Amino acid sequence: MSTSEQDILEQITGDDYKYGFVSNIEQDIIPKGLTEDTVRFISAKKNEPHWLLDWRLKAYKHWLGMTPPDWQNVKFPPIDYQDISYYASPKEGSKLNSLDELDPEIKATYDKLGIPLEEQLILAGVAVDAVLDSVSVITTFKEKLAEKGVIFCSISEAVQEHPELIKKYLGSVVPYTDNYFAALNSAVFSDGSFVYIPKGVRCPMELSTYFRINAKGTGQFERTLLIAEDASYVSYLEGCTAPKRDENQLHAAVVELVAMESAEIKYSTVQNWYPGDKDGKGGIYNFVTKRGVCMGNGSKISWTQVETGSAITWKYPSVVLKGDNSIGEFYSVAVTNNLQQADTGTKMIHIGKNTKSRIVSKGISAGKSQNSYRGLVKVRKSAANARNYSQCDSLLMGDKCGAHTFPYFEINNNGATVEHEATTSKIGEDIMFYCNQRGISQEDAVALIVNGYAKEVLDKLPMEFAVEAKKLLAISLEGSVG
Amino acid sequence: MLNINNLKASIDDKQILKGINLEVKPGEVHAIMGPNGSGKSTLSSVIAGREGYEVSGEVLFNGKDLLELAPEVRAWEGIFLAFQYPVEIPGVSNTNFMRTCINEQRKYRGLPDMDASTFLKTMREKAELVELDPNLMKRSVNQGFSGGEKKRNEIFQLAMLDPKLAILDETDSGLDIDALRIVSNGVNKLRNKDNAFVVITHYQRLLDYIIPDFVHVLMNGQIVKSGTKELAYELEEKGYDWIKAELKEAAL
Repeated sequence: MSTSEQDILEQITGDDYKYGFVSNIEQDIIPKGLTEDTVRFISAKKNEPHWLLDWRLKAYKHWLGMTPPDWQNVKFPPIDYQDISYYASPKEGSKLNSLDELDPEIKATYDKLGIPLEEQLILAGVAVDAVLDSVSVITTFKEKLAEKGVIFCSISEAVQEHPELIKKYLGSVVPYTDNYFAALNSAVFSDGSFVYIPKGVRCPMELSTYFRINAKGTGQFERTLLIAEDASYVSYLEGCTAPKRDENQLHAAVVELVAMESAEIKYSTVQNWYPGDKDGKGGIYNFVTKRGVCMGNGSKISWTQVETGSAITWKYPSVVLKGDNSIGEFYSVAVTNNLQQADTGTKMIHIGKNTKSRIVSKGISAGKSQNSYRGLVKVRKSAANARNYSQCDSLLMGDKCGAHTFPYFEINNNGATVEHEATTSKIGEDIMFYCNQRGISQEDAVALIVNGYAKEVLDKLPMEFAVEAKKLLAISLEGSVG
Repeated sequence: MLNINNLKASIDDKQILKGINLEVKPGEVHAIMGPNGSGKSTLSSVIAGREGYEVSGEVLFNGKDLLELAPEVRAWEGIFLAFQYPVEIPGVSNTNFMRTCINEQRKYRGLPDMDASTFLKTMREKAELVELDPNLMKRSVNQGFSGGEKKRNEIFQLAMLDPKLAILDETDSGLDIDALRIVSNGVNKLRNKDNAFVVITHYQRLLDYIIPDFVHVLMNGQIVKSGTKELAYELEEKGYDWIKAELKEAAL
């Protein structure tokens, strides 16, 4: 067994969600409820220009006329949107210039999460934007990145410092009319990360955002916007955790990516929101819209996601392949255990000629959970010679869980090549006993099987995070067999 | 090495083993034969530690109480079970699986991980022993293997893990004569004065290749007769009915 796998197993101490602590940070939380005033309040709090407030208000009005989606294969009671607080920030409020100004309790929170915010302690070559509830508390390595012209900051800061970019791109990939949760997010989004990679620049380090929900009774509505100009490259990673609570908390984010000619964006997610307890009590509702557009010829967008947390996951990171010869990829491992539900997958929209997409989805269901893959491959008439390859595998642990696959294809060009493969495997007592008999304990066997099964996806993650993701897989499936 | 005393096992209130007594010493090969449903596979499962059985009695392995140990600990102590129906493990290559097994065993014995070159060399040697296609090493454990390949893979794993006591549970079932010869040759090469084999089989023909020191007849959850390899020939010739008759007579 390799050392990294060894580490994983040593970290397995119980079936507890180890990020479930609550930090005692003094916070400003606005009263629960959502009205036009809430939207105005958030916008004013962030000192936003008029056009942005107007955009938020339009989104809010649009949202009021919408109904929540009901086509997904998950079940939950209706959400009371008036019972959520839409803004929570640490008391000090405004963005800090250096780490010394940071509330020690916040710093301790991130230390505890294994995300040290001191630049010298951070994994070599990773810049971090730390978002706590509704605000970004600090962004590291900003100066170093600025030398190359790379902008990496919170979206609130970008609104102030780079309004022309925000105005141009915000909502350009995911308009507020897109869906119920995107509309809600557009109205009340509080923070998130902004990345801009200038022409010809290869971003010198991994960029990452660490999202943390801490406050009670709040929702997190972050917005991430990432623009890669011609012939640039960036690898970005986001991680997320939240305290253990008995009530459900809503996380409705929007992520927009724009890749210009020959640019490449690699976007990775390790999602570990609190999944709720064994009886399905509590946990995050993770309703997220993620979409990238390959605007320029020869551009590439690659989504990699490891989804282990959340009571319910509803997300379909997608790529619109507009530029000729552009490439879209989606690599996913989605784990559900206990009573978790996931309905996740991707959309690949082929518009340009010779566009290629690749979908590799690995679902792992355990406990009494339900795990669905839902994917759409759409080839427009204009997309001559488009190619898609989809592979959807399901792994069932035990016999009380479910795996479902909903692949959709809309092919309007006869020259397109579309391949789809699907497999289902089951890990039961027989396999466990076989492993035990060869000297592999239950936990080790699960880690071994799951990491082997998910390898193709894990290999796509930046190395430092692949180790983290492997640990997570093992921990989230603990006690799932036998 | 192995001392089984009055071992009883039941599953769902149905008693399957009804008081087994057996002693196996280093260097010995014991064959256990018996009709279907006599408890042969249950005996191997109980020794290896499969869950789900209600077990009483005593199983000592080099003085240790086996029944107290988790199945993986029994494996580390040197017990190996060649399965009648080897399972397929999706996503785990044979190589990776074997490396994990070996290093877990070494960890238990206070040894460092086996270095990669020794591991690969050992793997090549042992694969040759059972004429196993090296390409199968990259494939997921037993996935897409033929019946014969699965059985040879069991003996390959046995060779890799070098157990003190190996139990072969109907390893001959489903093997053609060539595969049977290959598997048996492998086993014979692995035999030495320090290890022991318990060979469970329906048929005498396996015992033409793996020659046992003792043959036991398991019937209705008990060892009803023990002898040398001649007993196996007798069984082949006359079936089990004469033993049943003998038992009946003795009971009167």
